[in-house]
Amino acid sequence: MNENERQTISVNLKINSVNHALQIEPRVSLLDALREFAGLTGTKKGCNQGACGACTVLVDGTRINSCFALAVQYEGRDITTIEGLAEDGELHALQSAFIEHDGFQCGYCTPGQICSAVGMFKEFQRGLPSAVSETMTGEIEFSDEEIKERMSGNLCRCGAYVGITEAIHEAFDAEVKR
Amino acid sequence: MGTSNNGHGNGGTNGKELKVVGKPFRKVDARAKCAGQTKFADDIVLPRMLFAKLLRSHEPHAIIKSIDTSKARALPGVLAVITGKDLPIPYGILPVSQDEHTLCLDRVRFIGDPVAAVAAVDEDTAFDAMNLIEVEYEKLNTITSIEEAVMIDEPRIHEYGDGGNVHKKVHLEFGDLDKGFAEADLIREDVFFYEGNTHLPMEQHAAVAHYDPDNKLTLWSSTQTPHYVHRALAKVLEMRPAHIRVIATPNGGGFGGKSDPFNHEVAVCKLAMLTGRPVKITLTREEVFYCHRGRHPVLMKSRIGVKKDGAITALDFQSLLDGGAYGSYGVASTFYTGALQTVTYDVPRYRFRGLRAFTNKPPCGPKRGHGTPQPRFALEIQLDKIADQLNLDPAEMRLKHLVPPNSLTANYLRVGSMGLGKCIEKIVEGSDWKQKYRKLPFGKGVGIACSSYICGAGLPIYWNNMPHSGVQLGLDRQGGVRVQCGSIDIGQGSDSVLAYVVAEVLGIDPFDIRVVTADTDLTPVDLGSYSSRVTLMTGNAALQAAERARELLSIAVAEKLKAPIENLSFADRRVFDVENPEMGVTFAEAVVLAETKFGTIGTVGSYTPPASPGKFKGAGVGPSPAYSYSAAIAEADVDPETGIVTVERIWIGHDIGQSINPMLVMGQVEGGVYMGLGEALMEEMIYRANRNVVHKFPSLLEYKSPTTMEMCDVKTYLIEDADPNGPFGAKEVGQGPLLPVMPAIANAVYDAVGVRVDEVPITPEKVLMALRDKAKGKEGRFGPKDVPAVEWPTPMKVQTPAEGGDGREMPRVAIHS
Repeated sequence: MNENERQTISVNLKINSVNHALQIEPRVSLLDALREFAGLTGTKKGCNQGACGACTVLVDGTRINSCFALAVQYEGRDITTIEGLAEDGELHALQSAFIEHDGFQCGYCTPGQICSAVGMFKEFQRGLPSAVSETMTGEIEFSDEEIKERMSGNLCRCGAYVGITEAIHEAFDAEVKR
Repeated sequence: MGTSNNGHGNGGTNGKELKVVGKPFRKVDARAKCAGQTKFADDIVLPRMLFAKLLRSHEPHAIIKSIDTSKARALPGVLAVITGKDLPIPYGILPVSQDEHTLCLDRVRFIGDPVAAVAAVDEDTAFDAMNLIEVEYEKLNTITSIEEAVMIDEPRIHEYGDGGNVHKKVHLEFGDLDKGFAEADLIREDVFFYEGNTHLPMEQHAAVAHYDPDNKLTLWSSTQTPHYVHRALAKVLEMRPAHIRVIATPNGGGFGGKSDPFNHEVAVCKLAMLTGRPVKITLTREEVFYCHRGRHPVLMKSRIGVKKDGAITALDFQSLLDGGAYGSYGVASTFYTGALQTVTYDVPRYRFRGLRAFTNKPPCGPKRGHGTPQPRFALEIQLDKIADQLNLDPAEMRLKHLVPPNSLTANYLRVGSMGLGKCIEKIVEGSDWKQKYRKLPFGKGVGIACSSYICGAGLPIYWNNMPHSGVQLGLDRQGGVRVQCGSIDIGQGSDSVLAYVVAEVLGIDPFDIRVVTADTDLTPVDLGSYSSRVTLMTGNAALQAAERARELLSIAVAEKLKAPIENLSFADRRVFDVENPEMGVTFAEAVVLAETKFGTIGTVGSYTPPASPGKFKGAGVGPSPAYSYSAAIAEADVDPETGIVTVERIWIGHDIGQSINPMLVMGQVEGGVYMGLGEALMEEMIYRANRNVVHKFPSLLEYKSPTTMEMCDVKTYLIEDADPNGPFGAKEVGQGPLLPVMPAIANAVYDAVGVRVDEVPITPEKVLMALRDKAKGKEGRFGPKDVPAVEWPTPMKVQTPAEGGDGREMPRVAIHS
């Protein structure tokens, strides 16, 4: 098959509150749609098989591996990438916390880590238990152990896990208490 | 301007209060990285850009009978297809092993060796075209292990080396070994195996080439060594280096894996030249496994003699390395498995025999710690066994026999500052070692290990007497400062280090500085981000350039203020008289004064390491301007039912000399511990056990590496004892802290359950097998039994400094029988 034979379709994606009309094949992943067609290269490809978490984005606030998703599935949904987390030029609290706590070195997994942690905290707030939660229904403590379990799908090969955990605490602890 | 700095550094601060150095500033590129704005190589998009793919061999060892590219060329959207004959000139990172071709000429040597390259309008078309290329192979027998390489001469994987499938043999002898062993109260001989593993950077290698109408070539690539890539491109493409520009993009992790010139880098350049259009390639994760250049599997035998108090009298060390299919850094790696044994504890007499084998596997090369983790693993476990046998505390035993500072080792390595003793003391205290060692309940244990690493290789990869690092500073009359340097930030924070050093000297904010790095057109040569050299070497070069700029500004400002030049201080973006601080000018005004007086203000700085005291052949590997030291204690839980080892916590002391930024130093220490944890417990680059040498799992899903769940708690102690050769006294931290982690964990496993696993990774099966061995009344050990017999060359004998040696080889005495 070559490009002349490839069947493309129109897909409208709402990314970071902006509508993107893309002409792509139905088999294009959301990750490739973002990077190759919408020009948003902040989302990273580390394995293209859902193993590293570098491609994590938020869809209606829920974190997903965008390499494991077809772009066509996400028409009409609110897609947020690392480029869309800052508001009015102000970094998201978690982005600032990553800087303060040195939660990264090379920065390649960082967009995925940050999007993942934002989605993770929403899950936590909804009361979703993790594999290490002691209760399925009661109140869960926002502990290191919980954060580690919930962030274990995002690999950081520089090993900045200590800083990442600290940054997540800094950004979200206050909200937990509220 | 002026000559190169060589090792005068300015170690220490002359009592002046530091404003930037030693402070936890954020990285200069932090916001971009956290906002997804950093442009990695794969993020570059150029108009009319094509995409390339490499067709890789699925045969581990074969002769290429024919390649038919006609169907691929005929595919619409394909603009070029190239094969080996289009780029016949070989290359390789070391001048002694120029054994690689961009695309294999007539033979493939491992599964993954590239044979053809395609450029097409998009990645999918390139992929389709690649599958239309027909290659006919004639299979050859494979060499799959060190043992086979030593025993089987034919077929030879390469036509060079030290015979058969042996790439390199080394035999060095420092001092009278027999005398040393005769003095020993205890002699031990132990065998160890260190399995290979890979860097696994999160960023897959990527490169973009652009050939402009004026015949100038530009390559953007995720490389740790733009200067060496520049040289390789000029050679293979037969172009003037002046017409080639290599820009290293920020590396999404390197760890040594992006330090060689790679096939795909040359291929995209050639394709861009043929098509006249920009060409990009991004490797898949599977291909990254084939590029490899990671940790060599090493089989080791260590014979050591010690006195009753643990003092070493002689060490006789053998390492046999599985090098994979190409030379890469292998000759250096081989020497490194024998170089740094002597810089931690006093080793008065030392023999090293090293061998690197060619096998039909992806080539091994430099990974964090390059050639040092393997022998360090062996030595530190062996010392633990000795302490056990002599009934000594292994921490105290080590403390007692440290190499003194400012001394020369038996193999002629010059040790300067030496903070290992303080590292040991800190972790012993912090971990409550004395209450834990041999005292914890069955299943829980602690282990200690130490190490040392170079702060940059003393010699460049190709022979020359030029500086190893250069920095140019440009001062803007509006107060901006531009730092240009060939070094590349691979996440270690080298861009930030440049800014901090210059800001400190010029009294400005590090964020006022624009850092331009790793561009062979715009920046002076820095040899690259390898061998933990950047902080010390570029730091010194930046320091020299900044001090020269400060001098020019001082002259102009002193004249204006009518103040003595030695009274001037640079701080808070001002230049002022310390005795009368209101008397001063802003930094921008100082630049204006200097520019008015001298013309455009720019300065340079450079750094060349001091000459090595060793003059024998092979003395080039090991010397360094300074050595960092680390000591670690691991506390582990070992489940005797499952064999699963869980590392709860690691206490690590690191002798950094002086932190340029303690936050970044801590990050490197923790990252080193993390990577060491993976090497100790789970990571392995292994192949299916048949003649096909297929990588067992070239995927991120199955190559197990630690996640947040496996990451242990880390308690870090930084020892700051300024080294005279370091900028502000700084030493390295990128690689050293990984080294003690693996043996500390192995020793903790022994403390926990009384069995020895003398190889990594320490997997549950190995622990269980050792436990079963012990239950049968045997030794309770898992590990290799012996090393294959090797015909070693005649040793090169060098008298030690203590024996009155001068660092030269002793004349070889002919033996008449």
